[in-house]
Amino acid sequence: MLRQIDGSFAVAEAVALCRPHIVSCYPITPQTHIVEHLGELVKDGHLKNCEFVNTESEFGAMSLCIGSSSAGARTYTATASQGLLFMMEAVYNASGMGLPIVMTLGNRAIGAPINIWNDHTDAMSARDAGWIQLFVESNQEAVDVHIQAFKLAETLSLPVMVCMDGFILTHSYTRIDMPTQEQVDQFLPPFHARQKLDPADPVSMGAMVGPEAFTEVRYLAHYKQLEALELIPKLATEFDDIVGRDSGGLLKSHYPGDAETVVITMGSVIGTMKEVLTVMRDEGTSIGAVTVRSFRPFPKDELCNMLQNAKRVIVFEKALAVGLGGILSSNVRWALRGIPIPVYSVIGGLGGRPIVRPSLRKLFDAGVKDQLEETHYLDLNLDVVKRQIDRERAQTGSGPAAENILRDIGTVRAAKTA
Amino acid sequence: MFQIRIHGRGGQGVVSASEMMSVAAFHSGRFSMSFPSFGSERMGAPVMAFVRIDDKEIELREPVMDPDLLIVQDPTLFHAIDVFSGLKKDGYVLINSRKSAQELGVEDAVKHLPEGHVVSVPASDLAMKHLKRTTPNTVLLGAFTAMRSDLFDMSAVEKAILEIFPGKVGELNVVAAKAAYETVAQAH
Repeated sequence: MLRQIDGSFAVAEAVALCRPHIVSCYPITPQTHIVEHLGELVKDGHLKNCEFVNTESEFGAMSLCIGSSSAGARTYTATASQGLLFMMEAVYNASGMGLPIVMTLGNRAIGAPINIWNDHTDAMSARDAGWIQLFVESNQEAVDVHIQAFKLAETLSLPVMVCMDGFILTHSYTRIDMPTQEQVDQFLPPFHARQKLDPADPVSMGAMVGPEAFTEVRYLAHYKQLEALELIPKLATEFDDIVGRDSGGLLKSHYPGDAETVVITMGSVIGTMKEVLTVMRDEGTSIGAVTVRSFRPFPKDELCNMLQNAKRVIVFEKALAVGLGGILSSNVRWALRGIPIPVYSVIGGLGGRPIVRPSLRKLFDAGVKDQLEETHYLDLNLDVVKRQIDRERAQTGSGPAAENILRDIGTVRAAKTA
Repeated sequence: MFQIRIHGRGGQGVVSASEMMSVAAFHSGRFSMSFPSFGSERMGAPVMAFVRIDDKEIELREPVMDPDLLIVQDPTLFHAIDVFSGLKKDGYVLINSRKSAQELGVEDAVKHLPEGHVVSVPASDLAMKHLKRTTPNTVLLGAFTAMRSDLFDMSAVEKAILEIFPGKVGELNVVAAKAAYETVAQAH
């Protein structure tokens, strides 16, 4: 059924179609509307046999997920940004114990400085936490991928994090084709837990493991993630067969064919990028794009195969590993280790800075001519940074960097002679 | 593609206005996307929201920089920010005010626009009358529908208002929007 709804509402409806037994809730912008709407659906009786639990913190929210999933309940929660950090110990436990929890991450920057807007720093902070991480490009994909996420999680007994851009997706109203309950029931069977706490048949979950077996348990987690590389495309096909929509697998090639320059990115920014790339292709530039749906596991062989004939790669990402540079680009470089082509790393859209066509056009024009630095920062105002560096060199008590920079660009007007 | 930028202040229903416009366009068989600006959203702070309407799927997600329509929910913003930035040569401006663009001192910014493309509506007054509060968003939505009824019509607007604000609140807003529609339609 076609509806015009926002991303958060759409995800809540999709999760409800998956018949979760437990929704664990702690609000944090920009995902709050998702759990709020699930709460409404439980309260008004649309979502039956589901307990909606308000918890006291994100740490509590994920701990509750661990408990309920261990008891064999289909379990869902959502978080973002600092909320993910606050639950992080439990996030690692959920994956280490192999619990098939599904969590939405409404991607948001991490402070300080505090910032509620979109980038991928939160997801990147959990990239090695053992969860499968799937990035969606649109709200339609968010709907379809959440439904597939439950089956993926439960088949492998691993938790899945569905990453959707905060505000850009969560708060945007678009046309959504919502699958029917019958279609979802046909795709997603009832949950049968691989491991379950049951007083009649006691087991120990989360047992201490010493040096004698820790490597083996960790390697098993890695092995299970690699199994997801086969399962993700398979589930996408099954979903397509039932719902009639190809919602993508591990990677998505937006302009099939052998482009000389290939842009690689994740999430919703591809929408604006395609506007620019289509114009450039119409002008005769050999440029294409690939989006990474599955960041964990990272489909390095599949990506390498896709880029056999590329002459250069431009990796665009919304996160910065301070002291290194790009994170997605580091992963792409590893995937392309056998192919001797330049991999340009571009960092942009941090803390919600809009990514606009003129900036992208300039970037890609430079890229196709190999005129980019190894790491490029989109629309970086270096003058502002230099002023603060000069201040710090000149004065021992130069003050808080964030406030000084806000004053330099005029956001904070309060006059202070520095 | 028709692009809309709505300016207002936190608490005036700027984001809801964009959502209702996108839903109204949907009910008229069009594709649309609305989203809020990524600035500070708090009571009283300048707020923007965007809508794009097209006959094909919209994938562009940058803020609306060259609007076909500007809706100004609070005319004091004319002195605070560059409201007219990027406005198209044949664009539309809809202002919540009892005063004309000339009386508001912004005639230079709009003098290149075609006749009838700049409309002032006392939306806060109409909202006060019908809703007992000054939220101007649905009134302006009704007013714009009279300016460009080819994008969506009043029946789609009515559906959209009731979807975003179900029940009594929505019904009162429908009355307010219809009143504004009539006012502007008669003046045209």
